Amino acid sequence: MLPKLAIPRSAWSSSAPFIYLQQTSAVAESDVRKLIHDPVELFTRMVQPVLWLVVFGQVFARTRAIPTGGLPYLDFMAPGILAQSVLFGAIFYGISLIWERDLGVVHKFLVSPAPRTALVLGRAVSSAIRGFCQALVLYVVALLLGVHLRLEWHAMVGVLAVVSLGAATFSTFSLIAACIVKSRERFMGIGQVLTMPLFFASNAIYPLSMMPAWLRALSSVNPLTYQVDALRYLMVQGGHIEFGLGFDFYVQILVFALLIAIAAKLYPSIIR
Amino acid sequence: MTESNPISQIPQSTRTYDERLESGVIATRKLTRRFDGLVAVNDLTFSIDAGTIFGLLGPNGAGKSTLIKMLTTLLPPSSGTAIVAGFDILSQPREVRRHIGYVSQMLSADGELTGYENLLISAKLYGLSRSDRAERISQALEFMQLQEAGHKLVKRYSGGMIRRLEIAQSMLHRPPVLFLDEPTVGLDPAAKHSVWQRILDLKKELGTSVLMTTHDMEEADHLCDAIAFMHEGKLLATGSPAELKTALGPSANLDDVFIHYAGTSIAEGGTLRDVAQTRHTAQRLE
Repeated sequence: MLPKLAIPRSAWSSSAPFIYLQQTSAVAESDVRKLIHDPVELFTRMVQPVLWLVVFGQVFARTRAIPTGGLPYLDFMAPGILAQSVLFGAIFYGISLIWERDLGVVHKFLVSPAPRTALVLGRAVSSAIRGFCQALVLYVVALLLGVHLRLEWHAMVGVLAVVSLGAATFSTFSLIAACIVKSRERFMGIGQVLTMPLFFASNAIYPLSMMPAWLRALSSVNPLTYQVDALRYLMVQGGHIEFGLGFDFYVQILVFALLIAIAAKLYPSIIR
Repeated sequence: MTESNPISQIPQSTRTYDERLESGVIATRKLTRRFDGLVAVNDLTFSIDAGTIFGLLGPNGAGKSTLIKMLTTLLPPSSGTAIVAGFDILSQPREVRRHIGYVSQMLSADGELTGYENLLISAKLYGLSRSDRAERISQALEFMQLQEAGHKLVKRYSGGMIRRLEIAQSMLHRPPVLFLDEPTVGLDPAAKHSVWQRILDLKKELGTSVLMTTHDMEEADHLCDAIAFMHEGKLLATGSPAELKTALGPSANLDDVFIHYAGTSIAEGGTLRDVAQTRHTAQRLE
């Protein structure tokens, strides 16, 4: 005997902003639940930043070749490595969209009444949650290596905000790339081409003062530069800030908002 | 279904759901879609009566999936428009999406989530309130006979269970119109019959109007109140399965009707991606 399905058809009783938040969080929740079922990805993401800190960082600390403004090199480098690990994780996020398109999962989201901005924002939130996890592990490793971290609560909240914004920004950039190139093979090529220039044209492992003029000009339009600048101030004791915290956040929020608008416009094209 | 039904006769969004049901739930006007010189859907004007199961038949590349993608707002038309559930696909796409359910040819259920989680995410995407969510998910699982499997990962489901789950997902918000793009492709006969039964139950219990595509003539004969044959982007014939068979001869079946309209030559339509998607879906359902 089948149950009667005599429920009123109208389910739109809540206010629009609340529904928008619900739709955004549903997209993120879908991703987080998958991570809970299979958290292997989170562990594999930890390997690279730990290697950078433990191997590269410790070796380079002995050379004393990089002017760090009085900071031990590991202290100088730790915020850069956190930003780098967030970048490397987020920049390949778009491939999951291509994969889900091939499976048919994306169609389900696109045919729902959720606004396109909610769909891309939800994915950005999911990437930010991954960034949280990376930040937590990197803090533990950095503490074990003797990095002088700022452990005041407001500084840590600031770090989480910067990491979230960075992960959200680069994952949205990645979604845009996925919507344009549409195939996994082409996307992997684009991802490889993008990551290293973004990393090296930033202040992640050396200061802006060491860069030739052309590279400094490039780094000034690189969102990673502002992410590292804010992290260096918020994360380590005595960390120097180049542009100011307010300006760093302003640039990152502006870039993120712009990317969300572009991604929302391009998102439906992934299935065409 | 009437070829000449002008779209202006279709009621607009100010009318009630019941009023819209009385006059038809889908109506197109000169709907056309071109891809780089290829006309996939060519100047279609037709309407579909409320409360019916309407089958679109035709060879690969006939334009069936393209038509469904336009009606579900996944693909913008090159020209023309359509009214779905009383809303215009061009000017009111979100209202259209709010009032339809869609099960794609590919498997849209997420294998890495449980059946319950898939339903929960869908319920949230459709803005169902917390109290409605619990009740409807529980009812949907019972209706689709998936109560026992609700907390298992979908990748452990059989093909028939996945298709039933997808239909449950598409019906959580009680849409008046349901689009099914080859809903039983790749299923064994038992699973196919269980999906058929659920579709008939939805029509009977909720009065849902269904537009479905299929290559399975037995399925079309068993489920559809009306059928349209589509070839090279155009509708060649419409009618009930009985009418179409009778028109061809006393012993004709739908296979004969299909061959009569589509021809016996090997279909040249359908892209490599279309074929790959169908095979991929069939493989996942095995």
